[in-house]
Amino acid sequence: MLSLTLERDSHEGLFPIRIDLKTDAQIIALSGPSGAGKTSLLKMIAGLLTPDRGHLSVAGTVLFDSEKRISLPAWQRRIGFVFQDNRLFPHLSVKNNLAYGRFMNGLGHDPFHEAHVITMLDIEKLLARDIGELSGGEQQRVAIGRALLTKPQLLLLDEPMSSLDANRKREIQPYLLRLAAEGVPMIYVSHNADEIAELAGFVVSVEHGIART
Amino acid sequence: MMDWLSLSPQEWEAVAISIKVAFWGTLASLPIGIALAFLLSRKQFPGRALLDALVHLPLVLPPVVTGYILLIVMGRKGLVGQFLADHFGIVFSFRWTGAALAAAIMGLPLMVRAIRLSFDAIHRRHEEAATTLGASPIMVFLTISLPLAWPGIMAGAILCFAKALGEFGATITFVSAIPGETETISAAIYAALQTPGGETNVMRLALVSIAISFAALLAAQAMTRKNRSRQGGL
Repeated sequence: MLSLTLERDSHEGLFPIRIDLKTDAQIIALSGPSGAGKTSLLKMIAGLLTPDRGHLSVAGTVLFDSEKRISLPAWQRRIGFVFQDNRLFPHLSVKNNLAYGRFMNGLGHDPFHEAHVITMLDIEKLLARDIGELSGGEQQRVAIGRALLTKPQLLLLDEPMSSLDANRKREIQPYLLRLAAEGVPMIYVSHNADEIAELAGFVVSVEHGIART
Repeated sequence: MMDWLSLSPQEWEAVAISIKVAFWGTLASLPIGIALAFLLSRKQFPGRALLDALVHLPLVLPPVVTGYILLIVMGRKGLVGQFLADHFGIVFSFRWTGAALAAAIMGLPLMVRAIRLSFDAIHRRHEEAATTLGASPIMVFLTISLPLAWPGIMAGAILCFAKALGEFGATITFVSAIPGETETISAAIYAALQTPGGETNVMRLALVSIAISFAALLAAQAMTRKNRSRQGGL
């Protein structure tokens, strides 16, 4: 169960944004024209942008509540974020990019989970490489893997498949569906109507920074 | 035939002191330079413009004035100098450590500028990504900002080292030029110029000074190249 109401006034040249969501759906799609504020909404949920008012709880844990003055910093939220521009760390190898979240969260080694994610994304042969040597699609797969390996309690995906070919998409989609079924909710930004239809249980349209259900 | 090229023991001493002073001056100012650069690049706070100006002051002040200020503040009878001498036994005046301090202060503006540019150029997006992966602000700084700014930090350190190596005005004002303690290459060249028949000494020391500076620049270039190839896509 995902419950959130977050609102942010106009700051630093960004227009005001607002999202209101209460749903049992495990995969929620945000759709809308580019520049509508979808990425800003995701950042606000992740804690990278601070809301002025609202409430956010994931699986019963309160992450933000303006009335109770609760605001967990982004790094303690365990919210995975797959950015549209992948944002892999250029000074670390693929292997260390993947291990970064586990290390920072003090998680133990989970060889089964790691092997599964690595196989599913077909990035095993990339592990020793530098980020600069990867193609766009490879980078995006590593970025998805990096977010998954932190075992997030909520996964935010900002057009994660835009640089993947159709075959790879077909392989990743079922994994995302299964992950959702296992209890990791996702908020998913996409322009692609087919993708949304196949994945999302709940669609929110975003216009001028306002998310409407 | 090439005898005129070999340095006298006193000249060797001046070379060694120069390198020692520049090395320790640079090393000591590195953490301060990194902290100041990060502060000026990322944080908004009252007095920021003032701090910025203060850091850059040695760049525009006559070095003799900087040396004089150091003498007043850090000298044996100075405000801070006396306190350090009485409580910690740290003395700067007329010691090579004082020369290192003067060199560090003269080199700091150049160092801060280079490192700050590098912090400015790092995309916040990598720091954001690290945050979503569970890295605390201090870990973001240590594992993302600092390594990504490394080429700038090295460039800043080399600039500071080069400046420190050539420093003259502030050093001679603050710690004089005592052979074997505070007489650097620059001071030795100046002294040799004042001595009748000292031209060959001047020539030798000038050549050594050129060689050291050139080596430092080549080292800096090599380091930047290595770093760039490692960072690939950045």
